[in-house]
Amino acid sequence: MNWTAIKAIYLFEMARFFRTLAQSFISPVLSTCLYFVVFGAAIGSRIQEVDGVSYGAFIVPGLIMLSVITQAISNASFGIYFPKFIGTIYELLSAPVSFLEIVAGYVGAAATKALFIGVIILITAFFFVDVNIAHPVAMIAFLVLTCLSFALLGFIIGIWAGNFEQLQLVPLLIVTPLVFLGGSFYSISMLPPIWQTISFFNPVVYLISGFRWSFFGAADVPIALSLCAIAGFTTLCLLIIWWIFKTGWRIRQ
Amino acid sequence: MAPILNISDLRKSYADGFEALKGVSLQIETGEIIALLGPNGAGKTTLISTICGITTATSGSVTVGGHDILSEYRAARAMIGLVPQEINLEPFEKVINTVRFSRGLFGKPSDDAALERILRQLSLWDKRDNQIRELSGGMKRRVLIAKALSHEPRLLFLDEPTAGVDVELRKDMWEIVEGLKADGVTIVLTTHYIEEAEAIADRVGVIAKGELLLVEDKASLMARMGQKQLDVQLSEPLDEVPAALAKYNLTLCDNNRTLTYSYDTRAERTGITKLLSDVSAAGLVLRDVVTRQSSLEDIFVGLVHDEEEAAL
Repeated sequence: MNWTAIKAIYLFEMARFFRTLAQSFISPVLSTCLYFVVFGAAIGSRIQEVDGVSYGAFIVPGLIMLSVITQAISNASFGIYFPKFIGTIYELLSAPVSFLEIVAGYVGAAATKALFIGVIILITAFFFVDVNIAHPVAMIAFLVLTCLSFALLGFIIGIWAGNFEQLQLVPLLIVTPLVFLGGSFYSISMLPPIWQTISFFNPVVYLISGFRWSFFGAADVPIALSLCAIAGFTTLCLLIIWWIFKTGWRIRQ
Repeated sequence: MAPILNISDLRKSYADGFEALKGVSLQIETGEIIALLGPNGAGKTTLISTICGITTATSGSVTVGGHDILSEYRAARAMIGLVPQEINLEPFEKVINTVRFSRGLFGKPSDDAALERILRQLSLWDKRDNQIRELSGGMKRRVLIAKALSHEPRLLFLDEPTAGVDVELRKDMWEIVEGLKADGVTIVLTTHYIEEAEAIADRVGVIAKGELLLVEDKASLMARMGQKQLDVQLSEPLDEVPAALAKYNLTLCDNNRTLTYSYDTRAERTGITKLLSDVSAAGLVLRDVVTRQSSLEDIFVGLVHDEEEAAL
């Protein structure tokens, strides 16, 4: 294992993040504040408690997931797309590193950035609502797993993308709708039965439900199912990445 | 000594059927500088990219320092430094960070003294905290070299290091290459400037259309082809070479107005003095005397030209 290389990639990527630290933090914090003002205060004050939790607090896990998933994907996809775009990928391909090390470096850095943002949003949330975390260890585990698995997805998107439009396409057309319809702002049980059934085909439902369970001890789907869903998703991403590097798809001619 | 680089029957075909390399075999000894000469699209970059792991070969094998580039890619690649043809650098990154990154990527523990030595050698030390986008084109090329040297490679590939570079920088680059050679680094450089190959290489290889047409010691290549011609231009045309001059193997050309004499510049006696006095003794009136020397360029153009004719 070339640990030095993993560290080099990780630190190089994190340096990019710290160079634009203000931008990296201000935008998610601001949007979270807006969500709290609009959904929590303006609309939320007219909504009954959901599953025994005030609406403002209820949306916290969903909001964190929304930002974390978006950030993990965009950081990881940009992280690997940029070297492809400007040509510095030659160095990665000619270095004595395995695909595992490249992925560990890039995905690790992207997941760390997403995790930072998730924590910042959680802290911001404390200023607006009372949030009690029922299962802190499970909460952290869910957060870390989500960051990692969506950073893996982002890495795949970054390898696949042939231009900047495509880089935005998957997050915009697939991920954002899935996250919004995954119960970020509502409980699946609030939907008509037919939509409940449809929702269970949305993988993000399992993530948000599991994450919400770690906060309030109640969930739309059993926690074990949530864990299986995220484990399955992570495995699928890893398999795709392994195939990409084995065949050199879109990287090595 | 075992060759540091051993390429055997390397082939590369692309999906569209284009054959970029048609069975290239080459051995490179430790410590030498070899220049691969060829026109654009000859396969020089493909050859380097395949050795470095950027493209995959269709067939054939390559070992670097005895390590196969596929089965022992870590050991093989750790020995290699690559300076690509294109200036591919992260514009917003600082010079020192990008060089440090390269060293880490190749698995070497950080060593600020080593990086300082490399940056000083390339006159980049004063620019170490500059963002790359602030540097001139020549400086950026030096950064590429610094990155390639950051992990102290034993085999350095320079892919057209002086393409689009001004004369002064080209001379600097040659000095850098000389310095590296003195440190025992083996260097493979591609170029389409013949003068570059002539100036710094120990051996010269000529590539055209994916084939290695010739690899030869530069000195012996120059010697073999280093014939000089003396053209004796006459004021009056001749019908034939006078009998008194038969021993010089002269050829008559230019409407029988020029006598051409071939000689070896390194021979003890070139025979020019004797020839000229015999010419005047034969009663011929000289108009002008011109000498010509075949350069690597002539050899190169001749080879590539023959190849093209053979393909027709």
